[in-house]
Amino acid sequence: MKEREVIIIGGGAAGLAAAVACKQKGIEDILIIERGDYLGGILQQCIHDGFGLEKFHTSLSGPEYAQRYIDQVKEKEIPFLLNSMVVNLTPQKEVVVANSNGLQHYRAKVIILAMGCRERTRGAIGIPGARPSGIYTAGVAQELINLKNYMIGNKIVILGSGDIGLIMARRLTLEGAEVITVAEKLPYSSGLSRNINQCLYDFDIPLLLSHTVVDIEGNGRLSGVTIAQLGKRGGIIPGSKRKITCDTLLLSVGLIPENELSREAGIVLDNITGGPQVDERGQTSVPGTFACGNVLQVHDIVDNVSLEAEYIVEGVARYLEGKLIKEQEIKVELGEGLRYVVPQKLISRKDTIFSFRVNQPGEKKILVFEDGKKVIKKKSLRRVNPAEMVRVKLSSSELEGIKRLKVRLV
Amino acid sequence: MKTTNNHYDVVIIGGGVVGCAIARELSKYKTSIAVLEKEDDVGWGISCRNSGVVHAGFNYKSGTLRAQLCVEGNKSFAKLCHELDVPYKKIGKVIVAQKKEEIRELKKLKTQGEKNKVGGLQIIDSAELKRLEPNVKGIAALYSPETAIISPYLLTIALAENALTNGVSFFLNTEAKSIAKLRNSDFRINTNKGEFTSSYVINSAGLYSDKVAHMVEKDKYRIYPCRGEYYVLDKNASWIINHLIYPVPKAGTGGLGVHFTPTIDKNILIGPSNEYIKQKDNLSTTSQIMKMLSAEAQKFLPLISSRDIIRSYSGIRAKQAPPSEGGYWDFVIEESNSVNNFINLIGIESPGLASAQPIAKRVVEIINKKEKLSLNSNFNPFRKGILRFEEQDEETKKALIKQDPDYGEIICRCEQVTKKEILEAINNPLGAKSLISIKYRSRAMMGRCQGGYCLTRIIEILRNEFGLTLQEINLKGDNSYLFSGYRSDEVNKL
Repeated sequence: MKEREVIIIGGGAAGLAAAVACKQKGIEDILIIERGDYLGGILQQCIHDGFGLEKFHTSLSGPEYAQRYIDQVKEKEIPFLLNSMVVNLTPQKEVVVANSNGLQHYRAKVIILAMGCRERTRGAIGIPGARPSGIYTAGVAQELINLKNYMIGNKIVILGSGDIGLIMARRLTLEGAEVITVAEKLPYSSGLSRNINQCLYDFDIPLLLSHTVVDIEGNGRLSGVTIAQLGKRGGIIPGSKRKITCDTLLLSVGLIPENELSREAGIVLDNITGGPQVDERGQTSVPGTFACGNVLQVHDIVDNVSLEAEYIVEGVARYLEGKLIKEQEIKVELGEGLRYVVPQKLISRKDTIFSFRVNQPGEKKILVFEDGKKVIKKKSLRRVNPAEMVRVKLSSSELEGIKRLKVRLV
Repeated sequence: MKTTNNHYDVVIIGGGVVGCAIARELSKYKTSIAVLEKEDDVGWGISCRNSGVVHAGFNYKSGTLRAQLCVEGNKSFAKLCHELDVPYKKIGKVIVAQKKEEIRELKKLKTQGEKNKVGGLQIIDSAELKRLEPNVKGIAALYSPETAIISPYLLTIALAENALTNGVSFFLNTEAKSIAKLRNSDFRINTNKGEFTSSYVINSAGLYSDKVAHMVEKDKYRIYPCRGEYYVLDKNASWIINHLIYPVPKAGTGGLGVHFTPTIDKNILIGPSNEYIKQKDNLSTTSQIMKMLSAEAQKFLPLISSRDIIRSYSGIRAKQAPPSEGGYWDFVIEESNSVNNFINLIGIESPGLASAQPIAKRVVEIINKKEKLSLNSNFNPFRKGILRFEEQDEETKKALIKQDPDYGEIICRCEQVTKKEILEAINNPLGAKSLISIKYRSRAMMGRCQGGYCLTRIIEILRNEFGLTLQEINLKGDNSYLFSGYRSDEVNKL
């Protein structure tokens, strides 16, 4: 059994930022375990720009953004394993890694979960119809096109307006494919508005809100899909069905934090985020096991992933010093208008960044933090959208002495 | 590809579980055998799209072939799976009554089962049901300890591979188009891949067995396709049940009702529905049925959540009973009255899987009576499957990686399938290279991410280690291509 101070599972955006931040905090004994054959994770297939505006104040491509961290990892000589899959994780923070050298056992003082997320599939959302080839999730299509140089089809319908789907609409158009339409089940887009403008409208790709795919045809390769308009209650509006001839259906219908290892380690998960329930420093229900990035909650901007990773490392450092002490635990209660909040609980009253997603789009909203009837903080939000995460910091002075904490959107 | 002088003693049309079982059974004798399969792999028709249940045999009317062969098959199934290295679990089944009047039906089933010589049947009360299945709602149940589960595709593949080892020739992508009886009384089978001649033809074409029979004897049979749709649940939900959970069958329907089947890989299947359809190849799922399945599931297992669903699929029953009549007709396993040496297998629906081996034995008996076949002393009943890394203990895993580092590379994260297993799956003796063939053999792409992580890696293995061209990467045979070309023309020119 090899001992490590910190083991980071996942060498993508979150894992790399966490590793660099650990080193900066003076933590020496770190190991990053990555299942793929390169560091950087999904960023490496995101060859479009727009990354790093917040973190580096410049627009970078995904690989460039990743490289900034990879360079630091190499410069700081932080050890990492590639092509190595963690096959087991225990509440005692023991890790079993499989790679071509064998099975290796590690024990760490701190585990940082940074496994990212996976894409929701056709099966999970139950699109009826035939099962031909030509149905791809947007991220897989992105990997195949950008990293493997394969073209996945010529006439494409996209279901779901998640950001990867929007990015792929542009990408496929630039590669000469015809993106016929993007259908979104909800009455609003689930992607960032800048992506709707730059990836769809700039290329005259129609976005059909309140539309979904109700049938798929094709015996070998996909030969068409039927889309239909949905009414207010989600039912199909009679007479709205329309068949579209195409050879590819691309799905961008949501991301699911990949917490199979967390589950194995007995970590308590949040039903809504799909990630672990954490305290204000990203510590899960298993002491010394932390989570950051898309494994904790699905982010819309990678800069926030890096910031979140750096932020939880504060807690990691304190934990290693024996100073991450549970003062008084309170649950963060969720009021109207909000889908979720991270962290789900507070164990101290130190400065805390809260992340939220709202239930539906709105304008001129106020986020209210309350201790019982007493308002602790109010934050005005000019425009809110479920696609865009809201992050708000409360200082220790604002949190001091509170007995309860409830957040709602009014 | 041989195009002429393809003569065999026996040509089997259809490489489903029954066709492959017959091929293996016949290979115990000195005889030349060819299996013609129209798809890119064996078992893609009915055989890989069912609940994977080795039924005990109490559901079938006493005295029928279905009852007799199912019971016989059930009793020898463990041995068959042992020989073929196919996972088999005798987990037992409970048929759950939710209303008082259904208890009478349970008693009838028990009596029928006992008459069919099914062992161990017991009526249990709600307390005992609660003990066996704490999460299932019901007032009483019939418990059948002899019911087992297997992987229907692994069994079909294993039967085929073992038959191949014992000298049977398999012709994939080979569809019989017409059959002529020649002057020397041989058959000439015209296919898309040329002609075959044979002394015997065995029609095990499943859904198309009426069409194949029609090639020699007009309008004798008719097969009505009857579709069943299923949901597949995530392994995380496997704790919910311990046994196969069935409702009390409703008289007159041609199915066993929506049931819950734990699979050998620890998923749970919900289904199937029961719906006559027009086209035999329409494997679509439909929103109406999917809604119905969810509602039925809730009745028995309120704990199941839609979040647990990772996939849906459908299979099609080859029914002789017309839609106007419903219910079941018995299996037809017989030599044609008018065409010598032409053996028909018609209407092999459930329990066709459990009965596959006894059906094969019957077919061999028919031939043996006429030919006095001599035993093939070289017959080897054993076949080795692909070793599943995930299921090994720690020490074995370590030893395996040491012996072959490809065992250390996990390609499919959800099912923990290693590169070694993928390589073996691609290297399969039948030569099937479709992604579905790799999936059935290795379980890669079968998990909750449905290939999101491993698809690209498997494609790279096919390209780099097996030299497949981009055009040769197919989901399930010809015309199910994955790629329209290279992204950049520049690369295309290279």
